[in-house]
Amino acid sequence: MTEADRSTSLVNLEKVNKHFGALHVLRDIDLDVTRGEVVVVIGPSGGGKSTLCRVINRLETIDSGAITFDGHSLAVEGRALARLRSEVGMVFQQFNLFAHKTILENVTLGPTKVRKIARGQAEQRGMELLERVGIASQAAKYPAQLSGGQQQRVAIARALAMDPKMILFDEPTSALDPEMVQEVLDVMISLARDGMTMLVVTHEMGFARRAANRVVFMSDGQIIEQAAPDEFFTNPSTDRARDFLSKILTH
Amino acid sequence: MSALLEELPVILGAFWLTVRLTLATAVAALVLGTVLAAMRVSPLAVLRTVAAAYVNALRNTPLTLVIVFCGLGLGLVLDVSFSDSLSTNYLWLSIIGLSLYTAAFVCEAIRSGINTVPIGQAEAARALGLTFLQNLRHIVLPQAFRAVIAPLGSVLIALIKNTTIAAAIGVAEASLTMKSLFEQHQEAVVPIFLGFALGFLVLTLPVGLLFGWLAKRLAVAR
Repeated sequence: MTEADRSTSLVNLEKVNKHFGALHVLRDIDLDVTRGEVVVVIGPSGGGKSTLCRVINRLETIDSGAITFDGHSLAVEGRALARLRSEVGMVFQQFNLFAHKTILENVTLGPTKVRKIARGQAEQRGMELLERVGIASQAAKYPAQLSGGQQQRVAIARALAMDPKMILFDEPTSALDPEMVQEVLDVMISLARDGMTMLVVTHEMGFARRAANRVVFMSDGQIIEQAAPDEFFTNPSTDRARDFLSKILTH
Repeated sequence: MSALLEELPVILGAFWLTVRLTLATAVAALVLGTVLAAMRVSPLAVLRTVAAAYVNALRNTPLTLVIVFCGLGLGLVLDVSFSDSLSTNYLWLSIIGLSLYTAAFVCEAIRSGINTVPIGQAEAARALGLTFLQNLRHIVLPQAFRAVIAPLGSVLIALIKNTTIAAAIGVAEASLTMKSLFEQHQEAVVPIFLGFALGFLVLTLPVGLLFGWLAKRLAVAR
């Protein structure tokens, strides 16, 4: 990645609004993520963080505003939308590994069916990725046979197998037992170091401090403030952010 | 009893026709029912409406009406013909009627299976860039089928018994054959009836056992 690439926008949201019935979950969201940037979204539950994550690959539709990805506005449906999604990886809170497929099949499904890569080649690359996340020895097992932390690392490998331009993480460690959080964060930190563009919704402040270029604080469907992690954690500029941090960082 | 042994080749031939009717219908109804289930969950409202209307119409029409319509309506009045042989033609018409009817039940079984697949499975597939049809084919339907193997077994058992209604348009399957044997062997109606009833048990009981076993064996661990 050249320096010129780094400074250009990969995702841009402009005045994005979204309602769930009477609930206004996203209010006039403006957000720009540049190539190679790691943006961590934090804030209280129900503040619209997950929805923000999900509108970027259109798992949720928006009511108004504009989203562009890699210079193109988001397709509404059909093959163009499928192509966009193939370029944006997604890691879910509940892992969502395909329950009837083996670990290796989970990782090769996208490349073979969407990218039409030959099975042998996809399997070789799949094994490399499983190696990278430390799960290669489990390749022939089914998701239910793995621990939560292992499943989430497979989910990251599955996203990586598509060579995405960006990966969205929707609370990737929230469903994990405490002792499994770190193994997933380690994989994410190494991805961030390698220059992957990431938008991460999380409650892991340690990850935000170590790996984020920018912290976005959301509450009540709005972006309240955004800043570099050091600045945000030591000197938040809004009362709401201060209040939120005081509740989670007391011990 | 002697009548039963004497007519064994006839009885076996009749059951062989029952089996063929069942197999042909099962395949056609599985295909049509799967297509209907896919339509019922499709993003296009018009497909959903058409499939729902189909299911409601066929599921709520007596099978005898459907078979008689296929035999007399399609066959005699509208002159739909698949074969020069009259009996083969009625066999095909009864397969069409049975398939159209059974597909509605297959569709509903599969649709309930689709509802058991967690929404996250389909979301993960969409997030990878799979199209709607790829998503159905590789992710949703394989898991849905595994969830409804036992109910599909029940549909198949009902189908085996429902093939007897093809008798209404003269297809010489087991029940029509039983009726003609009654006329030939009036002294032996009870053994003949018991023989045919046993014949159906031989077909249906293993189906129930097989599908119950398959359901356990192929269940998706979550």
